[in-house]
Amino acid sequence: MMVSQLTRGERQGSILIAAAVALCGLALAIAGRNDLLGVHGAFVLVGSVALIAFLLSRLDSPEPDVSRRPSEYYDDPIKVGIALSMLWAIFGMFVGVWVAAELAWPSLNFDTAWLSFGRLRPAHTTGVIFGFGGNALIATSFHVVQRTSRARLAGQISPWFVLLGYNLFCFLAVTGYLMGLTQSKEYAEPEWYADLWLVVVWVTYFVLYLRTIARRKEPHIYVANWYFMAFIVVVAILHIVNNLAIPVSLGHAWSYPIWSGVQDAMVQWWYGHNAVAFFLTAGFLGMMYYYLPKRAERPIFSYRLSILSFWGITFFYMWAGSHHLHYTALPHWVQTLGMTFSIMLLVPSWASAGNAILTLNGAWHKVRNDATLRFMFVAAVFYGLSTFEGSFLAIRPVNSLSHYTDWTVGHVHAGALGWVALITFGSIYTLVPSLWKRERMYSAALVEVHFWLALIGTLIYVFAMWNSGIVQGLMWRTYTESGTLAYSFLDSLVAMYPYYIARTLGGFLFLLGAIVGCYNIWMTVRASPAAAETALKDLPDARWAEGTATTPAE
Amino acid sequence: MAELFHRKIERTAIGFVLAIIAAASVGGIIEIAPLFTIDETVEEAPDMRPYTPLELAGRNVYMREGCYACHSQMIRTLRDDVDRYGPYSLAVESRYDHPMLWGSKRTGPDLARIGGKYSDIWHVAHLTNPRDVVPQSNMPSYPWLARTSLRTDDLGLHLAAQQLIGVPYTDEMIANAARDALGQALPDSDYAAGVQERYGDEAQISAFDGVTTELTEMDALVAYLQVLGTLTDAAYENTVAPEEAPDAEDLAAGSATASGGR
Ligand code: HEM
Ligand code: HEM
Repeated sequence: MMVSQLTRGERQGSILIAAAVALCGLALAIAGRNDLLGVHGAFVLVGSVALIAFLLSRLDSPEPDVSRRPSEYYDDPIKVGIALSMLWAIFGMFVGVWVAAELAWPSLNFDTAWLSFGRLRPAHTTGVIFGFGGNALIATSFHVVQRTSRARLAGQISPWFVLLGYNLFCFLAVTGYLMGLTQSKEYAEPEWYADLWLVVVWVTYFVLYLRTIARRKEPHIYVANWYFMAFIVVVAILHIVNNLAIPVSLGHAWSYPIWSGVQDAMVQWWYGHNAVAFFLTAGFLGMMYYYLPKRAERPIFSYRLSILSFWGITFFYMWAGSHHLHYTALPHWVQTLGMTFSIMLLVPSWASAGNAILTLNGAWHKVRNDATLRFMFVAAVFYGLSTFEGSFLAIRPVNSLSHYTDWTVGHVHAGALGWVALITFGSIYTLVPSLWKRERMYSAALVEVHFWLALIGTLIYVFAMWNSGIVQGLMWRTYTESGTLAYSFLDSLVAMYPYYIARTLGGFLFLLGAIVGCYNIWMTVRASPAAAETALKDLPDARWAEGTATTPAE
Repeated sequence: MAELFHRKIERTAIGFVLAIIAAASVGGIIEIAPLFTIDETVEEAPDMRPYTPLELAGRNVYMREGCYACHSQMIRTLRDDVDRYGPYSLAVESRYDHPMLWGSKRTGPDLARIGGKYSDIWHVAHLTNPRDVVPQSNMPSYPWLARTSLRTDDLGLHLAAQQLIGVPYTDEMIANAARDALGQALPDSDYAAGVQERYGDEAQISAFDGVTTELTEMDALVAYLQVLGTLTDAAYENTVAPEEAPDAEDLAAGSATASGGR
């Protein structure tokens, strides 16, 4: 499938690109032969040689009819992107359950370096955020930009380059942590060569996206694309600034960031918080603004709210990072700014959450009957909830209790499970049947099962962490009558065990739901295609594509 | 009016992207740039020294194993933090930390002032299997550290890279990096004297993991842990009192008793 849409010349071009990547891999393997860098070089080399072999074997398979391209969408990369996203979801969530279990039963690392908590934890965060979330964002952005612009993607090879190149980045990241390679900057752990590679991939993504929008047959750029553009552009800025580093040598994987101490802390959390904003929020709002109205078959409630929310988020978020550094050695004025803007951030955040929920007004019977739409509805609710919680946690006195505790982890997963994962599942269940030209998902009952597993899992996880976080925070600050601290650190750790076990259970249910989802998607793809007539409507020239459903009401 | 204006920029992709960049740049510039120019951001501490090569190698092990995921190194300006862990952290204490390891989660206790609190032997036992010394602990065991010899041949390159980004390593320190790493863990050797010559008398010379025949990653990590919080005395000389935890119950408890301090 991957090559059937490529002409012979394009296949040769792809081979050249893969060969260039193979050469880079070879160079790293040689320069880093005394270092773990060499192992990564060898991975890149082997991977790209395998790709070349695959392309060569298909070089002479039948070519597509090029003249039909302008009147057809380019969906093959999207299909692969969805499959990769679900695979990463299983991987990342499995590791999540594993690290959760390690905190309750520490012997689960079996005295093995790569299984220990500190190495697996970033494999979890990278696996779910960048693997699962990132692939879902790339796939849905490719879909949304074509449908809302009624234009084909502006490239044949570049969508594959973006998708596969991005997954190479994720692969280098995760295997690196397991071997012991990390910059230790949260959500920016990969080393310098992986970071440089991501810049190349990301610039290609940006150019591809803009060129596709430039082909649009609609005068206006649809709201969902604003968010995807903000996601692409701002993530590039954040990534480059936060990852500036000097490698020990060109033969070493290890590097030292150019920032240090308090400045590094500020740069890191400016990055970290806005990774939340532009990766975990803006991109997924892009999904929401397309798939939710599509599925509900109702226009977005308010165009004005969309504008307010978009620019509010783009402007305010960038000030808020310093709320991660309350009461630290960061100057007080920066902490105060961070707190202030975090509170103001609630306005645009709730504007989007409200816009989504009000869009469903009049379609509540659908929310009740259709688990796919319910996924997206509950996601919008959790988005509202976790942004409220976030603004609350950003208030200094509140943060004095919550910081360093599981309350933060509870907040993270209210956002990550309740918002990010649920909106993704809802979008994927909307997208899969239309992409593979099926009437509907293989089993509506299994979507329902997934929904309840996900919701119950999220609730168990989040309630366990709220409890443990608040208990922990209170124990740390409780004094006895005589003015000494009432509890040792160990007392607070012992109090955590029941919650850690509960969290593991909640996470396991969530993972189970994702596995059910994978099975359902697989069976849908395997089912026989629906009547061709529905399929024919989804073409760039058909008005159906943009429909009334996704254009703003006003 | 505003809506009409927006209708316009929605028509141009490049314009829209530029507007995004403009809106998104303001906050970061205003909050980050002044941290480099306002002098008070980082305190003066003339006694502050950079890490020895062995400590730096230990710090890299600390990062590699992801210790920062569970341990903070940032004591907040809150009374209960100070009572539990010692004087609150100052910016200058991490000024040579590329990257900083302040952390964001305390699954285990803060380590900013762990140096000197326990013996080397305790650390070795604890890292090899935490439950041997703290039965209720959920910290992972790191038995491979004592079995893995430390790579020292490239330590000069590590110091040189740090020098390039502003850490005050001298060329002499860079040239002697591998030897100093060995010397710091070999108390009675010729190499040991060089370490104190270059890094000061306070630099701790010790057979950290108890074995002097081989330099291991355990030596490096313990050397690093033992230096945490001792690179400068600035925090102990600082006289600004910590804040009470701002919640009503606590304020009441706090005013009933004189401040608990160290
Ligand atoms: C099966 C479901 C999941 C389980 C069991 C799980 C479990 C965990 C655990 C045990 C931690 C470490 C907490 C600690 O250090 O105390 C963690 C951290 C984290 N997880 Fe998950 N997780 C799951 C799903 C997800 C998903 C879907 C996302 C994102 C889309 C996510 C994002 C994160 C992030 C960002 C952190 C770091 C939090 C911080 O630094 O405060 N997780 N997770
Ligand atoms: C108005 C919106 C939001 C605000 C003001 C906000 C604020 C906060 C605050 C104050 C913290 C705790 C910092 C600390 O004490 O260490 C935090 C942590 C975090 N939040 Fe949010 N939050 C918001 C929305 C979200 C959403 C929607 C998500 C996820 C999808 C999210 C993901 C995270 C993550 C991953 C962390 C943990 C960072 C770390 O320590 O590693 N936040 N947020």
